Amino acid sequence: MDLLEYQGKQLFARHGIPVPDGRPARTVDEAVAAAKEIGFPCAIKAQVKIGGRGKAGGIKIASDEDEAREHSAAILGMDIKGFTVHEVWVETAAPQIESEYYASIVFDRGAKAPLIMLSTEGGMDIEEVADNNPDAIATLHVDPLLGFQDYHGRRLAFEAGVDADLVRPIGAFLHQLYGTFIAEEALLVEVNPLIVTPERKVAALDAKVTLDDNALFRHPDNANLRDPSDEDPQEQMAHERGLTYVKLDGDIGILGNGAGLVMSTLDVVAHYGGAPANFLDAGGGSKAEAITSAVEVILSDDKVQAVLFNIFGGITRCDEVANGLIEAFKTLEPSVPFVVRLDGTNDVEGRKILADAELPNVHTASTMDEAAQKVVALAKGVPA
Amino acid sequence: MSVLIDNDTKLVVSGITGREGTFHALNNQRYGTDVVAGVTPGKAGQDVEGIPVFNTFRDAVAQTGANVAMIFVPPRFAADSILEAADAGIPLVICITEGIPAHDELRVYTQLQRTGTRLVGPNCPGILSPGKANVGIIPASFFKEGNVGVVSRSGTLTYQIGNTLAQAGFGNSSIVGIGGDPVPGSSFIDIIELFQADDQTELIVLSGEIGGDAEERAAEYIADNVTKPVVAYIAGFTAPPGKTMGHAGAIVSGSKGTAAAKAEALEAKGVRVGRTPTEVADLAMEILGK
Repeated sequence: MDLLEYQGKQLFARHGIPVPDGRPARTVDEAVAAAKEIGFPCAIKAQVKIGGRGKAGGIKIASDEDEAREHSAAILGMDIKGFTVHEVWVETAAPQIESEYYASIVFDRGAKAPLIMLSTEGGMDIEEVADNNPDAIATLHVDPLLGFQDYHGRRLAFEAGVDADLVRPIGAFLHQLYGTFIAEEALLVEVNPLIVTPERKVAALDAKVTLDDNALFRHPDNANLRDPSDEDPQEQMAHERGLTYVKLDGDIGILGNGAGLVMSTLDVVAHYGGAPANFLDAGGGSKAEAITSAVEVILSDDKVQAVLFNIFGGITRCDEVANGLIEAFKTLEPSVPFVVRLDGTNDVEGRKILADAELPNVHTASTMDEAAQKVVALAKGVPA
Repeated sequence: MSVLIDNDTKLVVSGITGREGTFHALNNQRYGTDVVAGVTPGKAGQDVEGIPVFNTFRDAVAQTGANVAMIFVPPRFAADSILEAADAGIPLVICITEGIPAHDELRVYTQLQRTGTRLVGPNCPGILSPGKANVGIIPASFFKEGNVGVVSRSGTLTYQIGNTLAQAGFGNSSIVGIGGDPVPGSSFIDIIELFQADDQTELIVLSGEIGGDAEERAAEYIADNVTKPVVAYIAGFTAPPGKTMGHAGAIVSGSKGTAAAKAEALEAKGVRVGRTPTEVADLAMEILGK
């Protein structure tokens, strides 16, 4: 789960990382009130999970109440690269900046350790720095069982070419950032820019945080930060029902069990000239209710012209899937054709249940290729 | 032979008293796996259809000589259970549990590097050595003994490919699901190394998917170390970038980690890549049919 800038900053503040004072606001009145509380000048910053907000006009400085009203009215509701601004963050205008650094910690799957990166070339796209001047980024992996040591901070600071008097404060900053990364079970914490003031103080002027969805059960406060308004309606519906659904552009609804098999199903459908409308993994051990729910989610996308069920049961039992489909037909009465392929645990029972039910417009297939070919033809209006 | 599990496997199941744990432990036993014990804290002295339950892995190992552990407990308890099994000296732990927090996986992985314990999974379907033993949730009736070793990141896709091979008349030495999580205990390379050394295995099938660089690393390893033929499949050619496709590991970001990049890396090292599961079986037939 990605956090908004201000949610990340509030998380940082809880762990003692210095951030500028600010308030979130969802309406113009709230924004003006926040600005008066913080004092002028202040920055009105669009809260969207996409870069390039400044260039798009999503960050403006207000020097008085009228400007705060004018800017927040302009920014709230604005569209930035397809993301609608529902919230702004009103923040004390950037303190005097002497230098802009970059700091981040990522969950490095390849090395199987947290990777800390530090650069004195902050404030710009770090990928550009990595391409043009890789030596400007100091990197270090931390042993997850040892944790962050002070020498890690010193080494990174010296290697990045930080001024001697900043080595200690930057080290302390990285230590707190690492603490946040571990305590909140983040997959990414990024600060760009990490600013140095003329008084030689450091602070996080931006915050990018990605949390591990699997760990949210240990962090109920973070779990509440999920913003349903930025999810696609179908994706939101699927999420509420505990299904893994990703909306795609095509017209063939796909349901399968297991992420790999569903990905493979999308590929095979595309291979035979079809265009999948979604990725839907009903999960291991899919029960009848989950299947009914899944069909409802798929059919709520009105582009869908045909649906493919591709099930290879391991922990999932095919009879459960068949019963779920029958239940779905009772409650939803779908108007589009279905192609169903059942293999694996209890497949004979599942196929029999389906055959006995004589559902209208449901076709069966014995292999994945046959199922894909059938559904592609049906979606194009060719009778099976 | 086979890899990792065989007739000498003595299995202890953590979570055996749960609904799914009981179902699959008994399924594994019916297949012929020697299921010697279960572990559920506080339930020592009970049994599941005659399989004795112990409070701790240490007790289970001391009493039964268990040498393989299967973890079937919910995600919040799984890391602890894996570490307990390793601490009891069990050399192979197979973790089926899905949804374990990434930081837990990182701690477990790092600790296991310091012990002699090998972890397969988490978020995997387990291992099947047809005709010998089944540990996990792989529907064994679809597979027979043979000379094709399969290693896969995805459970159901493993069944799909294994079944396609079976329909083409092939059997398997072992089928190993390594799981779709960001920090798998065993990599493609770890398992391919075992298949290369296994007498029964004559062809290796690698089933990968988008995300990470495990397939690219495997390609390098195969070029330098593997003399047996390898056929690969990669799922996710049509997956859009930036979207998590169910498996925590299956996310494409930027140009790296795409199915096309992986297929290219493998083909550059002489590994043939099937575009559909059926094509994989066709390639296998072509190679073994000679």
